[in-house]
Amino acid sequence: MKSLKASTNITKTIIYVVCIFLAILSVFPFLVMFINATRSTFQIQQDSVSLLPSKYLASNWAVFKGKSFNPVVGFVNSMLSSGGATLCAVYFSSLTAYALVAYSWKLRQPFFTFILAVLMIPAQVTGIGFYQFMYRIGWTNSLLPLIFPAIASPSMVFFMRQYLMATLSLDIVNSARIDGAGEFYTFNRIILPIMKPAMATQAIFTFVFSWNSLFIPLILLTNSKKYTMPIMVSLLRGDIYKTEYGAVYLGLSLTVLPLFVIYFLLSKYIIAGVALGALKE
Amino acid sequence: MRNKGVNYAKYGYIFSIPFVLTFLIFSLYPTIFTAVIGFTDLRGMGRTEFNFLKQPFDNFVLILNNPTFRKSLGTTAIIWLMNFIPQILLSLLLTAWFTTRRFKIRGQGAFKVLLYMPNIITAATIAILFNSLFGYPKGPVNDLFMRFGWLDAPANFHMQKWTARGVVAFIQFWMWYGNSMIVLIAGVLGIDPTLFEAAEIDGATSTQIFFKITLPRLKTILLYVLITSMIGGLQMFDIPRLFLWGGPDSATLTASLFIYNQAFSGSYLYNRAAAASMIMFLIIVVLSAALFHLMRDKDEAKFRKAERLRIRNAKKQGELV
Repeated sequence: MKSLKASTNITKTIIYVVCIFLAILSVFPFLVMFINATRSTFQIQQDSVSLLPSKYLASNWAVFKGKSFNPVVGFVNSMLSSGGATLCAVYFSSLTAYALVAYSWKLRQPFFTFILAVLMIPAQVTGIGFYQFMYRIGWTNSLLPLIFPAIASPSMVFFMRQYLMATLSLDIVNSARIDGAGEFYTFNRIILPIMKPAMATQAIFTFVFSWNSLFIPLILLTNSKKYTMPIMVSLLRGDIYKTEYGAVYLGLSLTVLPLFVIYFLLSKYIIAGVALGALKE
Repeated sequence: MRNKGVNYAKYGYIFSIPFVLTFLIFSLYPTIFTAVIGFTDLRGMGRTEFNFLKQPFDNFVLILNNPTFRKSLGTTAIIWLMNFIPQILLSLLLTAWFTTRRFKIRGQGAFKVLLYMPNIITAATIAILFNSLFGYPKGPVNDLFMRFGWLDAPANFHMQKWTARGVVAFIQFWMWYGNSMIVLIAGVLGIDPTLFEAAEIDGATSTQIFFKITLPRLKTILLYVLITSMIGGLQMFDIPRLFLWGGPDSATLTASLFIYNQAFSGSYLYNRAAAASMIMFLIIVVLSAALFHLMRDKDEAKFRKAERLRIRNAKKQGELV
């Protein structure tokens, strides 16, 4: 018994060491990034890892002036497109899920099977057709093609359906009907509030996914006034910043900062959401 | 309700209209359009008119015989494997550690939050950040490795084929193992706890419990992780594009990046890119079919099968009578 306890303690020590190492591995690149954002290019060239911030934040920021990297423009565009996409996805996925759960109609089961079938079809491999389509109707250099397709989000419909199946009692719907509420009114005023927890989790994921997406924005947006954050970031890889290490780190930091804020405020829900996404029963 | 003559079924259709219309316009139509473009001569900047090819499969034949495309498929597979094997092993190990009751690891919540974190950061940002971190001759990684004495002279990670691939695979691994871990832990927590209790009472060691109870019960979730990772890995684009633009010497040129380069970086070969996309699309459809098979409601399918059988038998009997 004693030896078992000793071996357990050794194993536990190993576990903590590995976990702490992995945690450092997660944080360290961002730490280097934030600190180097405050250091001058010369300091970074002398010694690229430092645990002490320096005082060159303002001069690094000044490098962006007059150049194509404009974090404010990228931030606003990303906010608009990700915010719009999230609203569309959350509202219409809830509506579609409600249609699947609350009403019995002939095509209900085939429609659900269809949603399952297209769950994983990615936008990326149909990008050529999407680009040509958007080019023809003049929607390139517009944020609209980043927003409207979110109305049809199969995976969110799937998730919302599972949630509604577990929480919705049709008695509520029936009593609303007796009170004379229309179906659409019932959905907006009674069902949506019930779905709030599920909507919040799904909203976070849609927002972050949309904020981070690069491929579709990259092929559609060529006007730098319309660039979203990831395209803005990709400019930092260009030649004009080759020798401006401090500025590159600052630019990267600015794009990460909003995500860090979201993540550390909502990490509890995000982790729970990831776990939930995998449980299909 | 019924006697009032209100037919609620129609609302099922009405409420599904936005989804269906959006899907048809923004998803199905571009898919068909991509397939169609694959059979045409559509190329050149700003062109929209096209003719069908006399030999309809020309683009597909050309693409399948294109050594760069073939190599890019291989590269995609290699980088995915280099990321997935360590990823699944580490996430399984962490799952075993975090769910073994004997260990009672403290701070699990904090570890989960930190290990998952890289997953929500913009991949584009991470690619450029790692490009700087692995800088040559001065860069944080080179500096650290030399300080620890792991390297005698700075290594040029960007210029060597295998170090470049290794870094791309490492980034993917680093961004995704936390996600896999959380999914797997959720899977373990879903297993009936009495199974573990029974095994403990019977004197099973935690290793035995993990291999004989936990792993077999995780089969579905492991498959889910595998297939979703494959589908995601096939489309690997942001990191290889921004880390080294597919270099050095196409060592990190993935299939998605190849398609992008065909259509959008100078050559405007929309037809070839569309043909290559369709080949990828078919691979993804096969993988999705496997996932669909995995995720369908098994009980419901069984029930419906029984129902069909019952109706068929009833009909047969009717015929006999």
